[in-house]
Amino acid sequence: MTAVELGQKIKAKEVSVMEAVEAAYAQIEAVEQDVNSFVTIDKESAKKRAEEVQRLIDDGALTGPLAGVPVAIKDNMCIKDMLTTCSSRILEHFKPAFSSEAVLALEKAGAVVIGKTNMDEFAMGSTTETSYYGATKNPHALGHVPGGSSGGSCAAVAAGECSFALGSDTGGSIRQPSSFCGVVGLKPTYGTVSRYGLIAYGSSLDQIGPVAKDVTDCAAILEVIAGHDKKDSTSVKREDYDFTSALVDDVKDLKIGLPKDYFGEGLEPEVKEAVLNAVKVLEERGAIVEEFDLGLVQYAIPAYYVIASAEASSNLERFDGVKYGHRSADYEGLHNMYKKTRSEGFGAEVKRRIMLGSFVLSSGYYDAYYLKALRTKALIKAEFDKAFAKYDVIIGPAAPTTAPELGKSLGDPMKMYLGDIYTISLNLAGLPGMSVPVGKDSKGLPIGMQIIGDCFQEKKIIRAGYTYECATEKQYEQLAAIGKEA
Amino acid sequence: MANVISDETIEYVGILAKLELSEQEKEDAKKDMEKMLDYIDTLNELDTSGIEPMSHVFPVNNVFREDEVTNGDGRANTLKNAPLQKNNSFEVPKTIG
Repeated sequence: MTAVELGQKIKAKEVSVMEAVEAAYAQIEAVEQDVNSFVTIDKESAKKRAEEVQRLIDDGALTGPLAGVPVAIKDNMCIKDMLTTCSSRILEHFKPAFSSEAVLALEKAGAVVIGKTNMDEFAMGSTTETSYYGATKNPHALGHVPGGSSGGSCAAVAAGECSFALGSDTGGSIRQPSSFCGVVGLKPTYGTVSRYGLIAYGSSLDQIGPVAKDVTDCAAILEVIAGHDKKDSTSVKREDYDFTSALVDDVKDLKIGLPKDYFGEGLEPEVKEAVLNAVKVLEERGAIVEEFDLGLVQYAIPAYYVIASAEASSNLERFDGVKYGHRSADYEGLHNMYKKTRSEGFGAEVKRRIMLGSFVLSSGYYDAYYLKALRTKALIKAEFDKAFAKYDVIIGPAAPTTAPELGKSLGDPMKMYLGDIYTISLNLAGLPGMSVPVGKDSKGLPIGMQIIGDCFQEKKIIRAGYTYECATEKQYEQLAAIGKEA
Repeated sequence: MANVISDETIEYVGILAKLELSEQEKEDAKKDMEKMLDYIDTLNELDTSGIEPMSHVFPVNNVFREDEVTNGDGRANTLKNAPLQKNNSFEVPKTIG
């Protein structure tokens, strides 16, 4: 059952909010030992909240589509008084004094937070294996990773442990794990969802978005969490927020561009076939499909790692053992305390990026690396502008492969970084993108198609995704056969 | 050209990053950084002369507002996460000799 369907049943009094929440916890109990989607499970406050929400629904005060629906939140979004760790040791006891704006919006809409999901430490990684609290497994095949960094959120949705989840996406961290877990995940246009209360990684790239069971849920969730927020100075005031109005089964005359570089070397044949088959479905429904040269595709990853690492090195300076989180037990003086605290508190991948970021921002290298990357970003944005002058949406895979086996990725970070080739440029250009399940490989692992829109054109993405879903009757959007849902 | 990171550079970056690295970590960091910089150097194939560095995709202006307190006194809540506190303040090691 999708989030919107469950919301309807709750509204019709066929299911109580408490029953919905208890069903989520029953599934968590059945599968969590195997999947490890969550860092924190807060049954007590969820049940208390379920009673409040039920009263508000009964009184007619809550009427939205997500009222009473259980949601899981990625552990980099602050929730007042709930453990928020970013899957790092350095925040192991941190309980925020305020909630992030996106979570407040969901709570206002009556969604019930059931826990915080696992992620790569500080959202740095593509497998959810860099978490201090252990790796999350792919519910479709427990020997494989769920992707990352929002791997916990995507696995939780795919395993039926929650109705939907929030993730965050800095270089593909919603779309790639959504692809690996067979769920629908959307990264909105930069500035659409407030970043207030999202623990920053790369501030000019970070964006919160929905992880859902289908396109309808995705649109409904986005409608709730999107909005202008004065507390986020990069928040954008958009003209309209009625994303669900784009749930239209029609792509007639929609112009779709297929970037040749997104279907070339390095792409697994099974992924290529599934995505091209999905494009064919849209073509049969009246869309106009054309191949084109996007250009500069190979420069997005190096530019990204300069910019993201630079911003991370600055953003993560705040973790110093003074205000919150871990402090080393043994130190001499202030600077030694900082150094020891940070060295004990951060994992290898986080240290690697802080070091790289500190280097590219240091005097003598700033122009050659940091400014060069920002100039490259301008060129990449211009390439997309050219493409969107011709096409309504661009379609490609979300990732070159399906989910790798556990333990096979971290040994070669460079190879892992290359897996972000189709997602990362959208963050540089601020564009929205959605991963929709379009098939499975011979091992039974899900494959995702990425639909990319121009800035503020989420509705075109939603329309294309929804039409595909209607045409294929959601045959690839089945939850993993695991636990009570199996 | 392949990048070579010297011991001095790694020391210096460690100071900037406020990280204390073991000898092994330093060696690993050198290798990682050399590899990454070699890769990042592919950006030099692009002619970016005359291109303005783009820090944000949308024009970002300073957002001004009246300096009014809207969130009340959060002192107790804020301090409760401090590893050490004293007299309603964060406690840190002595910084002045």
